Amino acid sequence: MRRIGIDVGGTNTDAVLVERADVVASVKTPTTDDVTGGVRESLRLLVAKLGGDPGRVEAVMIGTTHFTNAVVQRRDIEPVAALRIGLPSGRSLPPFVDWPPDLAARVSGRVFMVRGGHEYDGRPLVPFDASAVRAAAVAIGEAGIRSAAVSAVFSPLTPECEEAAAEILSEALPGISVTQSHELGRIGLLERENAALLNASLIGLARRTTKAFTEAVAASGIDAPLYITQNDGTVMRASQAEAFPVYSFSSGPTNSMRGAAFLSGLKDAMVVDVGGTTTDIGHLKAGFPREANRTVEVGGVRTLFRMPDLLSLGLGGGTLVDPDARSVGPTSVGHRLTAEARVFGGDQLTATDVAVASGLAQIGDARHVVDLDRAVVSWATGRFREMIEEGVDRMKADAQPLPLLAVGGGAFLVPEELPGISAVVRVPHAAVANAVGAAIAQVSGEVDQVFTGVDREAAIEEAMRIAQERAVRAGADADTLDVVEVEDLPLAYVPGGALRVRVRVVGDARA
Amino acid sequence: MPDREPAGETRPIEEDELEPLAVGAWILGAGGGGDPYHSWLNLRRLYADGAKVSLMDPRALDDDALVAVVSTMGAPLVGEERLTDPKVAALAVQQMEAHLGHGFDAVMSLEIGGANAFQPLMVAAVTGLPVLDADTMGRAYPEAQHSSFAIGDLRPYPLTLADVRDNAVVVSRVATWKWMERISRKVCTEVGSLAATCKAPRTGREVKEWGVLDTVTQAIGLGRAVLEARRRKDDPVAAVVEHGGGRLLFSGKVVDVARRATEGFLRGTTRMAGLDEDKGRELRVDFQNEFTVGWIDGEVRMSVPDIICILDATTGEAIGTEALRYGQRVKVVGLPAPAVQTTPKGLQHVGPRAFGYDFDFDPLFPNAT
Repeated sequence: MRRIGIDVGGTNTDAVLVERADVVASVKTPTTDDVTGGVRESLRLLVAKLGGDPGRVEAVMIGTTHFTNAVVQRRDIEPVAALRIGLPSGRSLPPFVDWPPDLAARVSGRVFMVRGGHEYDGRPLVPFDASAVRAAAVAIGEAGIRSAAVSAVFSPLTPECEEAAAEILSEALPGISVTQSHELGRIGLLERENAALLNASLIGLARRTTKAFTEAVAASGIDAPLYITQNDGTVMRASQAEAFPVYSFSSGPTNSMRGAAFLSGLKDAMVVDVGGTTTDIGHLKAGFPREANRTVEVGGVRTLFRMPDLLSLGLGGGTLVDPDARSVGPTSVGHRLTAEARVFGGDQLTATDVAVASGLAQIGDARHVVDLDRAVVSWATGRFREMIEEGVDRMKADAQPLPLLAVGGGAFLVPEELPGISAVVRVPHAAVANAVGAAIAQVSGEVDQVFTGVDREAAIEEAMRIAQERAVRAGADADTLDVVEVEDLPLAYVPGGALRVRVRVVGDARA
Repeated sequence: MPDREPAGETRPIEEDELEPLAVGAWILGAGGGGDPYHSWLNLRRLYADGAKVSLMDPRALDDDALVAVVSTMGAPLVGEERLTDPKVAALAVQQMEAHLGHGFDAVMSLEIGGANAFQPLMVAAVTGLPVLDADTMGRAYPEAQHSSFAIGDLRPYPLTLADVRDNAVVVSRVATWKWMERISRKVCTEVGSLAATCKAPRTGREVKEWGVLDTVTQAIGLGRAVLEARRRKDDPVAAVVEHGGGRLLFSGKVVDVARRATEGFLRGTTRMAGLDEDKGRELRVDFQNEFTVGWIDGEVRMSVPDIICILDATTGEAIGTEALRYGQRVKVVGLPAPAVQTTPKGLQHVGPRAFGYDFDFDPLFPNAT
């Protein structure tokens, strides 16, 4: 399999050409304002390295932080019609209830709440009010809104109300985009609905961006499917992914973690990615980042959907060290490191300066830090160690010793030995690990459902069957499917031995 | 516990007390009681629309005043989808008034721990009744027979139960508190395992004699201590200990969690390996929705009815039994049980033996009154 992986970051666009298990070429270009200029340039350079024969590329995988940045920076987002099915329940907490007011003002087009929804055991909460949905469709049409988010009570268990509403809206309003919450999130109505609303607000941007990527690939002469990478380290066909921009919110850190794993040949490991301002710590299990079980905030909005569980510490190469106050961070000089850090002739004492003084790193001019008090150096390096040690331990899932992958520009801050860690591994090509992570991504299927009246084994078996079916529908090769996650949680106060089961399977993309 | 303001009889609860109440109530949940997030959101909205709830000193109640005791009953998971609604909370109370043919003078919570701390505030915002600065547990417990009114052998009936579809049920008579729990839970299951309830009404005299007093003020104070410590970058856990008159029992990290759902409870055990001054020691804590008993190196060192709180070591945020996870840095704090629970009769209801353990209660705070 010969693939191109591209990571479109805020500053740089990194791209690699991967053949089976080898990185055969890599290029780094500046990200352009239109986002796709860097992609075009990367593709051109990589095709040139293939002897100018684009026909030999079998797939292109692109990862981008573009959609998260749009939410955080409040730009390129569009007004959305929110349709919640669940009255008489939830009337007092309507859609957008816990959003930051500035973002709600931009995204909230019209809000509708209608009767319907289900119980946890599949019984209807009340009969579904289709006529109210038809009335909403008329109002949405009159308001000129082009994107809608539909949520319903217990839709992850019984999606039929959302499906029926989506059908009514699509019939009444040809060309409208409808995001259904059950396709995104889990149990937790507000958080799932929030994810659907964010998704709906980004649909237009996702379409335009995906179209531009597709054109860039075509312009390069490559005739291969385009995939967009997801938060969980898998990919979706671009044509399908453009409907789910929120699924690529965290694909950057995920690709970086998975790329590091691939480059090192390790599948189960802790990953510590030390940047200029922060350190991201994650846990790879069977080659994929463990998912967050708790709510994750995006641009101030509480959501709960497929996101990697990451711990972000205020420690990076540019982090300020204050010997008088005995404090480290969280302030950082960030990208001004090469101007403000002492080893670059500046007057700020950063973590990088301490690392150079202690011999951990050779960066800039060590003569600028020879006069640094040894006691300060030893206190500060001790503090770095403590922070990383505690962060790593927090993110481990159990007591078993695991290897640790140290990546990122500030990886020299990671000590050679840590408790609970069998070996600290430093990875070659670490600078393009994120693009490698994109290139190697697979297709997944996930299920998170409550089972009643069956035993634990039967519930898990049924969950696996559904997850496999979903993976194949998303483009996975059925013969390569592999179960990467099984988790079950018994539910209190629900009769009949109810069990909540979460299963995820992955497989190679069908050629 | 210490911090009752020497106050007038009734005062308004200010908007900036709602978040402290949510934080403090979650701590007093002792691992259970449900996350108060949705209830807090409801109150925030009601306040934004001009509502204001007043808090009444229960000592100011007339002996023959009539008090509604309210709670949401059911599975926290269902509450994640069927969001709690102040009107339904009030409906249970209105149904009780219709059943009695008599209006209430005040409303109070069954349990201050967790989401139910806000139940009387939601009712109050709709009905205009004052909220009593009291509850019946001083924390969260799984069932009605753990309430101080059950300890006082007060009459367990009638009870009203309302759901969001406008179904309401009156349980007019039961033989015992346990029968009340069985029958009402059956009804609750039928309406989707989530319902608002109004428990057996109480007189002012009964509340003064058997209620756990000043617990709303205590929860707000605890929450405020945590939030202020965070703002000052002080230790929020130390603030809980100081403000709650409690003890720091253990510092460690979670190394194992085992859960199982039986008879309507989330039961299980968590183990923690000691850190700092507890290095080398191990704490095991059992839970039945709430934390019940803790053993340090095999010896019982804490148990119900003392309030066992597992807090995030950095933020002081309470960690619920469903959210415990390997690797969490935690501090375990004990807060004193309300006096009514440490009497011989109280211990019959909420002591270790009531939760199936074969040993007696050894209080963390032997000098507490």
